[in-house]
Amino acid sequence: MKSNSLAKQEIGFKVQIKNILESSISNKLIELGFISGQTIEIVFTAPFGDPIAVELNGSVLSLRLEEAATIEVE
Amino acid sequence: MKIALFGNPNTGKSSVFNLLTGLRQHIGNFAGITVEKKSGSFQINNQQHKLIDFPGVYSIYPRSKDEEVVYKVVSNPKHPDFPDLAMIVVDSSNLERNLLLFTQIYDLKIPIVLVLNMWDLAQKRGINIDIEKLQSYFPSISIVTTNARIGFGKDRLIDSIKNHQLIATSNLVVEDFKLCELENKKKQEEETQFRYQFLRKIISDIESVEKTKTDTLSRKIDKILIHPIFGYLIFSAVLFVIFQFIFSFASIPMDFIDAQTTNFSNFVANQLPNGLLNDLICQGVIPGIGGVIIFVPQIALLFLFISILEESGYLSRVVFIMDRLMRPFGLNGKSVVPLISSVACAIPGVMATRTIADWKERLITILVAPLMSCSARIPVYTLLIALVIPKQTVLGIFNLQGIVLFGLYFLGLISALFIAIILNLLIKKKEKGFLLLELPSYKMPRWPNVGINVLEKVKIFVIDAGKIILSISIILWALATFGPSGKMENAEKYVRANPSFTQLPDEEQNQKVASARLESSYIGIFGKAIEPAIRPLGYDWKIGISLITSFAAREVFVGSLATIYAVQEDGNENLRLIDRLKAEKNDKNEPIFTLASGVSLMIFYVFAMQCMATLAVVRRETNSWEWPLIQVAFMGFMAYFGALFAFTILS
Repeated sequence: MKSNSLAKQEIGFKVQIKNILESSISNKLIELGFISGQTIEIVFTAPFGDPIAVELNGSVLSLRLEEAATIEVE
Repeated sequence: MKIALFGNPNTGKSSVFNLLTGLRQHIGNFAGITVEKKSGSFQINNQQHKLIDFPGVYSIYPRSKDEEVVYKVVSNPKHPDFPDLAMIVVDSSNLERNLLLFTQIYDLKIPIVLVLNMWDLAQKRGINIDIEKLQSYFPSISIVTTNARIGFGKDRLIDSIKNHQLIATSNLVVEDFKLCELENKKKQEEETQFRYQFLRKIISDIESVEKTKTDTLSRKIDKILIHPIFGYLIFSAVLFVIFQFIFSFASIPMDFIDAQTTNFSNFVANQLPNGLLNDLICQGVIPGIGGVIIFVPQIALLFLFISILEESGYLSRVVFIMDRLMRPFGLNGKSVVPLISSVACAIPGVMATRTIADWKERLITILVAPLMSCSARIPVYTLLIALVIPKQTVLGIFNLQGIVLFGLYFLGLISALFIAIILNLLIKKKEKGFLLLELPSYKMPRWPNVGINVLEKVKIFVIDAGKIILSISIILWALATFGPSGKMENAEKYVRANPSFTQLPDEEQNQKVASARLESSYIGIFGKAIEPAIRPLGYDWKIGISLITSFAAREVFVGSLATIYAVQEDGNENLRLIDRLKAEKNDKNEPIFTLASGVSLMIFYVFAMQCMATLAVVRRETNSWEWPLIQVAFMGFMAYFGALFAFTILS
C-alpha cells in the first residue's frame, strides 16, 4: 500500500497527518506540531509551486516540497 | 536577579523585552559563542534585575547554530547566563505549539513566569483560555496575560516577577527529566511526541474555540502578496522605494556629515599646536571616524525599511516567494535580506545571515554578499565614470554614465549569483537544507520596536566596523607620514629647490610638498613596489597607493588620489581632481586615465575584497580564518583578471 505525501496535495484540501518519515528534520517537523492525527490544510503555494504553505492549528507554516514529501497524509 | 526571556519566534518576545527594559539595552555575545545576546535591565522596588533575551525557538533542541545557545544555557546550571527565573512568552492563539518549550523548561525545575501574550488576538479569534485550569495543571508557575505590542500588561509582568513562585516539585510532565544529547535525534523525537500528547489532553480541557482559528484577513492579503505576478511586482516596487531612499535621499545627511567632518578637522588643526599629534588627530583619527559615520544615514534607512517589513510580517512572505528562485544558486529565501542589506554595507548583510538555519546556505550567502556593490564603492564609481565615460545619450533617452553605473551594480549581482553556483558545487553539505518558516499574521509595525532595532543595527555597525576602519586609518596615516630616514625630507627639499616653487601661491606650495612627501613615504614605496603587478591592468604607482589606502574603506581611494595629485578636494563634484587626472600622462606621454584603465579600475572595485571591516565580521561569523581568506583569494582573483581582461580588450 502506497501512501500519500503532503507534497502531492492540492490547495484548499484538508488532510490528516498519518506519519512523519524519519529524516534529518523529522524532529523539527514534530516540534512545529506536525504530529499524526493533526489536520492540516494547504493554503497556498509560492509561485512555481514550491515552497508550500499549510495551516496547522491556526498558524501558517511554510515548507519546501522536499520537506513536505516526508509527511504522510490520508 | 537574572531573568531569561524564552519563546517561539513571532510571539512578541521582543515587545515584552522592550516593554520591560525600554532603552536600557545592551548587545553582546553569549560567552564562548558568536550568538548575539541582547540584555537589558530594569528596577523593581530599587532592586536591579537583568533580563536576557534568547533567540526565538520552538524547542530547547536547536535547529541552527543560533538556537544552540538556549540548550547550552539551560542544560548547565553553572553557565554564567543560567537564569534565576525564566519568563516564557507564548502566543495565546497557538497555545499547543507554544507550550512545548514551556514544558521542557518547566521540567528542568527552573522557576517560571508564563506570559500569555497576544491575548487580544486570541480573544478576537474566539479562543477562550481558562487560566485557572491552566494554573491547576502547573501550580507552581505565575501566569500573566499581556498585549505587549500595545504596551498592555507591564504592571502585571512586574507583579508576577515580584511574586514568582519557587521551583516545581510535582506535576511535572516528564518526571526526572534529563535533556537528550544534541546528537540523539531519535530520543528528542520521542520526547516531543510524548509532550504533545500530554499537551493535547490539557489543551482540550482548558481551551475552547468559538469559530475558526484562521486569520481570514491575512489570508486575503496573501492572495495578492504571494500572487505569481503581483507578488514579484510588489516586491520589486518595495525594493525600488528602498533603494530610492538609500541612494537619493540619504545623500543629504551624508553631504552634511562630510562637510562637518572636514570643518571639524580644520577647526581642530587650527586649535592644536602644529606637530605630529595634530596630524594624527586631524589626518588620521577624525577622517577615520568621519569615514564611519558617513554611512550611518544609509544603514539606518535600510534597517528602518527592513524592520518595518519584518514587523509587518511581509518579510517572511518575501522569503517564501524567493526561496525557489534562490535555491538553484545554493542560496535560501532568507538570503535575500542579507544580499539587499549588502547594497548599503556588507557588514550588517553578513550579520543578517544568522537567521539562515542551514550552514551551507548561510556560508554561501556570507561569501558572496560582499560582491554586491556597497555604498562605499559609490564615490569611486562616480569619480571614475565622470573621468572616462562621456556624457552622452544613447537610444534617445538613456544617459550613458547612468547605464555604466547600473552595469556595475548588475555585474556585482550577477557575479554574486554565479559564484554562489560554483560554491554550491564545491562545498560539501553537512546536512540537508530546510525552510521551515512561520508566516505570521499581518500586523501594523510597532514603532518603538522598529526604532530600537534600527538603533541596534547602527550601533553594531559603528562599533564593529568603526574600530577596524579607525585603526586601519591610523596605520595608513602612519605609513603615509613616515618614510625611511631622511627620504621624505630630501623629497621636500628637492621640491622647494625648484626655482618656480616660490612663485606658486601658498596653497599650491603646500600641496606640492604633501605630494612629494607622500611619494617617498612608506606607503609611496609600497605603491611603487606593486607597480609591476598592476601595470598590466593599466595602473601606475600612484593608483597603486590609492588601492592600498582603500583597505581602510573603499571611498578613501578618492581622497588619496587627491593628495597624490596635489589637488585640493572640492566637494562632491571633484571637478579639479577630474581635470588633473585627465591631464595625467605616463613616461611615454600617453594619458594614464583612459577608457581602458578607467573601466579596468571600476571592475577591480566591483570584485576586490578591500574592506577589512567586512573581513573581520566574516571571520567572526564563520569562526575561522579559512573562509575569509578564501573569500579574499577568489575575489582578488576575479578583480585582477577581470580588470586585466577589461584593460586588454579596451586598449
